[in-house]
Amino acid sequence: MSDYASPPLVVRAFRLALRNVDGMMTALILPVILMLMFVYLFGGAITTGTRYVDYVVPGVLLVCIGFGSGTTAVTVANDLAGGIIDRFRSMDVRGEALISGHVVASVARNLVSAALVIAVAFAIGFHPHADPGHWLMAAGILGLFVLALSWLAAAIGIVARSPEAAQGIAFLVSFVPYVSSAFVPVRTMPAALRTVANNQPATAVIDTIRASLSGGHVGADAWHAVVWSLAIIVVSIALSGVLFRRRAG
Amino acid sequence: MNENLEIQADGLTKSYGGVRVLNGVGLRVPAGTVFALLGPNGAGKTTIVRILATLTAPEGGTARVAGHDVVAECGAVRRRISLTGQYAAIDELQTGRENLEMMGRLRRLRKRAARARATELLERFDLTEAADRRVSGYSGGMRRRLDLAAGLVGTPKVIFLDEPTTALDPRSRQAMWDVVTDMADSGVTVFLTTQYLDEADRLADTIAVLDRGRIVAEGSARELKQRVGGARLDLQTTDVAAFDEVIWALGDRAVQFDRAALTLGVATEDSAARARALFDEIDPDGTLIARFELRTASLDDVFLSLTGGHVHEPVPVPESEIAHV
Repeated sequence: MSDYASPPLVVRAFRLALRNVDGMMTALILPVILMLMFVYLFGGAITTGTRYVDYVVPGVLLVCIGFGSGTTAVTVANDLAGGIIDRFRSMDVRGEALISGHVVASVARNLVSAALVIAVAFAIGFHPHADPGHWLMAAGILGLFVLALSWLAAAIGIVARSPEAAQGIAFLVSFVPYVSSAFVPVRTMPAALRTVANNQPATAVIDTIRASLSGGHVGADAWHAVVWSLAIIVVSIALSGVLFRRRAG
Repeated sequence: MNENLEIQADGLTKSYGGVRVLNGVGLRVPAGTVFALLGPNGAGKTTIVRILATLTAPEGGTARVAGHDVVAECGAVRRRISLTGQYAAIDELQTGRENLEMMGRLRRLRKRAARARATELLERFDLTEAADRRVSGYSGGMRRRLDLAAGLVGTPKVIFLDEPTTALDPRSRQAMWDVVTDMADSGVTVFLTTQYLDEADRLADTIAVLDRGRIVAEGSARELKQRVGGARLDLQTTDVAAFDEVIWALGDRAVQFDRAALTLGVATEDSAARARALFDEIDPDGTLIARFELRTASLDDVFLSLTGGHVHEPVPVPESEIAHV
């Protein structure tokens, strides 16, 4: 089996993802609900200096991707908890091939969620000032971060001893974007939170996407976002490899 | 390698958390035979299967399967074996056909070949009708059959079955036995574990009895039964005093006894002369034995006598203590 790509395992991961009712609800309904909720329920009370729908789109994107990746953590943990992992190993299927199949499906599902967020945003008055170059920049940064969170979720799925534990850890991680510039400007937070918010990946990614979509100057945030994403990917892949061999041994 | 052994293990040891689960296990399985590893829960059966199927490395000892070392050449071993474990290794959310086609693709069959192989196996395992339903709707027996079919996709040379019929209803169990017999007839080597003696008796050419991480006996069902004399004479005595007298006379020839029911079992040979001689010896006046039954020894007898169910020195309780019971 080739190390990182195995078409039958990618097909499998897509099937499992499409037939996972919880996972698909998270992927397809959450974006709509969150978008409507933040704009209509909280939006009126939050002052950001811009129209709130224009402000909040990147934040909702990241929260949806966070929850969506949680589904992947559970799926990976399920594979490792069941008997199928022993069969795969006894068939000489590499752990990397199994995991990367799930990551590919995770990226695809999260990108669908992201597209849905954008679609709903447009429907309720989102008015970006981005030219094609800006859109490309936003999409690139988002795509890279989706890949990073999907690998992180896979690593969480391997670390967790059970699907329930994976769900728990993933749930906690999916709150990370809240402590960022996702929904309120960082300057409104108390000092301690502000420090966290200013130095975590979600803020870098959100600020980059927000600046791109509003047609503004992106600045150093883009580099921070790229470095953060690459770091998460490298660490998660390395961790997955080591943990997988330990778990399965 | 000598005389075409498909599985050969020597001195396997393994511990988990400081507890020795395998204590120097050696095995020889000739190609094309069915081998049953028989033992109670916790004897170490699954650990042996996991070592032979390359999923766990032994601490000590060596094993070769299908001509290759399970540690140094695990890739070569993996391409020649299939493992069907105790827990179904199939996807609930895929259909039976999808599961099998996927296994075929992972075994590097081309798409069409994988499809053809899946169809063939679905038919053979009586799953054609359920082929396009998701496994989540399958019964326990159907799941187990699909699981086994999934193990056969790559036409392995050696098949490991870890407790293939545990928790199956009698009909599914029978169906599973037929499948194993079929596989053996087709020339593959089958290594199965079981806690059911009738299963080992029925399927295996060779049976090894595993107890607390050690092989305590090995041979054909017939050879093992001969170890306990080939036949069992079950006796029932007239009363407790007679019971005590008889069991005293028998000593360790009594392989099993139940004082309350006044019954005891004696290992013997299946001949009238032997039985008569035994009666003459323990009950010369014909007053102690009320009933008897002579039957062929079952593997249960072997199992009990080998794994600690055996009564070595039945010491009757002295008469004085009986009154207090």
